[in-house]
Amino acid sequence: MEPSVIISFVIIPLFAAFLIPLVGRLVGGFQRILTSSIMLLLLVLSVFITLQGPETITYMAGGWEPVGGVPIAIYLVLDPLSGFLLTIINLLGFMSVFYAISYMRRYTSENLFYTLVCLMVAGMNGVVLSGDLFNLYVFLEISVISSYALVAFGVGKTELEASYKYQVLGALASLLVLFGIAMIYWRTKTLNIADISVLLQHARHDTFLVFVQLILITGFGIKAALIPFHAWLPDAHSSAPSPISAMLSGVLIKAVGVYVLIRLFFNMFQLDTSLAIVFTAIGALSMIIGVVLAIGQWDLKRLLAYHSISQMGYVVTGIGMGMILLARGGDKSIAALAIGGGLFHMINHAVFKGLLFLNAGAIEYAAGTRDMKKMGGLARHMPVTLSSSFSASMAISGMPPFNGFFSKLIIIVAAIQGEFYLLAVLAVIAGIVTLASFMKFQRFAFYNKPEKEPTAREVPLAMRFSMVTLALLCLLLSLLIIPDIRQIFLEPAVNTLIETTEYATKVLKL
Amino acid sequence: MTVFILSFLMLLVGVHGVLTRRNLIKVVISLTIIEFSIFLMLALIGFISGGEAPILDAGISAGRMVDPLPQAMVLTAIVIALATNAMLLTIAIRLYKKYGTFDIRRINELKG
Repeated sequence: MEPSVIISFVIIPLFAAFLIPLVGRLVGGFQRILTSSIMLLLLVLSVFITLQGPETITYMAGGWEPVGGVPIAIYLVLDPLSGFLLTIINLLGFMSVFYAISYMRRYTSENLFYTLVCLMVAGMNGVVLSGDLFNLYVFLEISVISSYALVAFGVGKTELEASYKYQVLGALASLLVLFGIAMIYWRTKTLNIADISVLLQHARHDTFLVFVQLILITGFGIKAALIPFHAWLPDAHSSAPSPISAMLSGVLIKAVGVYVLIRLFFNMFQLDTSLAIVFTAIGALSMIIGVVLAIGQWDLKRLLAYHSISQMGYVVTGIGMGMILLARGGDKSIAALAIGGGLFHMINHAVFKGLLFLNAGAIEYAAGTRDMKKMGGLARHMPVTLSSSFSASMAISGMPPFNGFFSKLIIIVAAIQGEFYLLAVLAVIAGIVTLASFMKFQRFAFYNKPEKEPTAREVPLAMRFSMVTLALLCLLLSLLIIPDIRQIFLEPAVNTLIETTEYATKVLKL
Repeated sequence: MTVFILSFLMLLVGVHGVLTRRNLIKVVISLTIIEFSIFLMLALIGFISGGEAPILDAGISAGRMVDPLPQAMVLTAIVIALATNAMLLTIAIRLYKKYGTFDIRRINELKG
């Protein structure tokens, strides 16, 4: 495939973000049509690339060829793991933008909203494609700065406060990331991830590098809202407009947080057992504490936001177990199972948590409240929202035959096979508490007898379309458990992580 | 080495400010101090004592030039920091209009 195709993932949304404020002012409806159509285009393109097969494509910005084997251009790298993340980002992006066509009519300055969404998508696509550390930092800042603005989009008291909190912690995280990148540059005098991985090949048990890795865990841990660094997430994700909450919870914390961590830890640094244990412990803590904090919430979107922490805990635990096994030189097939479970749960979480936030938006749109005590009796008035949120709730609590069941099952099976019995027990407990809190959501929102009969009506077509499609995906993604389908979509992504040094070989074409 | 330690101390001063200040604007200022300590460190990484400015011209050898890449990185990072600060100050001003104060303790709609 032509390498220049991959740069279009960044250029197209950036160009749209440039056009919308100019043309959108003159032509009514331009912003909605343009954003939806480019997101659909990017979705089709990313699925097409994923189906092409597991090859690694590199694009050198400016066409600067390597000099004497030393890469000097800024690299954009599309390998199966990036392709996997691109599919998630653009899928959720398209669904949220299509949903926003109806939802955002209540707000003013729609042009600015779509501009910021395009910038955020461009930034996230850039982060997962970047093969250069500093370039990654720049793309990361593009996506998070637009997300700061989007969180504050309602400009009410809570939105502004949440955005301020998010920004202070986010800026601190970005600076830690920059600090880590500076330290790596100090050591290696290069910024290319593949090149650094070659240079650090023999650097095991190096105190300097352990310090850098801890700095990076803290920085990206804040971005991913893992447990000791989670304080901003429930506020920010619940204050944003609902399609944006879906994007933030569904993809932003994965693309700029967990993805970068696993990419750097597996493909750039040498795997280290003690750091892998730290990584897994953070994941397990997020899994259990997130769900405990969630169950007491009465604000629907806050409850969902706390569950994001817990579900990302599953992802990190799964991948962390694989990391420990690989670092110890243990059984590779179990490591592959654990990492596969983690990545599988990542796409599942994007789909069902995106859907749940869209449902929360639909309920807020129709009933005008986010407080679960004030809802109730919506079952008869909103059948589409009821059925789609039921399928998402069952998926997140891990009920068969929905997708969440299979990914949690794989993680638990891998934990037992790898002899991490404590983690297996914690994962089961977290699953049960999740089920309890979603039973609460279903009961209070849809079946409880309210004081007065609600006047809510079903939401408009565009919103229903996104919700129904995502609900169907909750079922369809279960098919990834079948080996033949897994081979196309999931296995290549897992292999890029398992074969830790292959990344450098493929990118630099050694 | 002393300069690196000094810029690290500057970073710690900034972190102290972010953690202890109660005024929205002072938090932003503390963040800026952290930013500049890191920029300083980045610029120092590329520095060679007695080095020349990295401008390739007749009669100047590349061997004694300071590393230009960190300088380019610092310039980019300054632009990004400008955007971050502008965004933070915008939100701080909007918060002031809503609450009539910059005091964090009195801006507490959100809990938990």
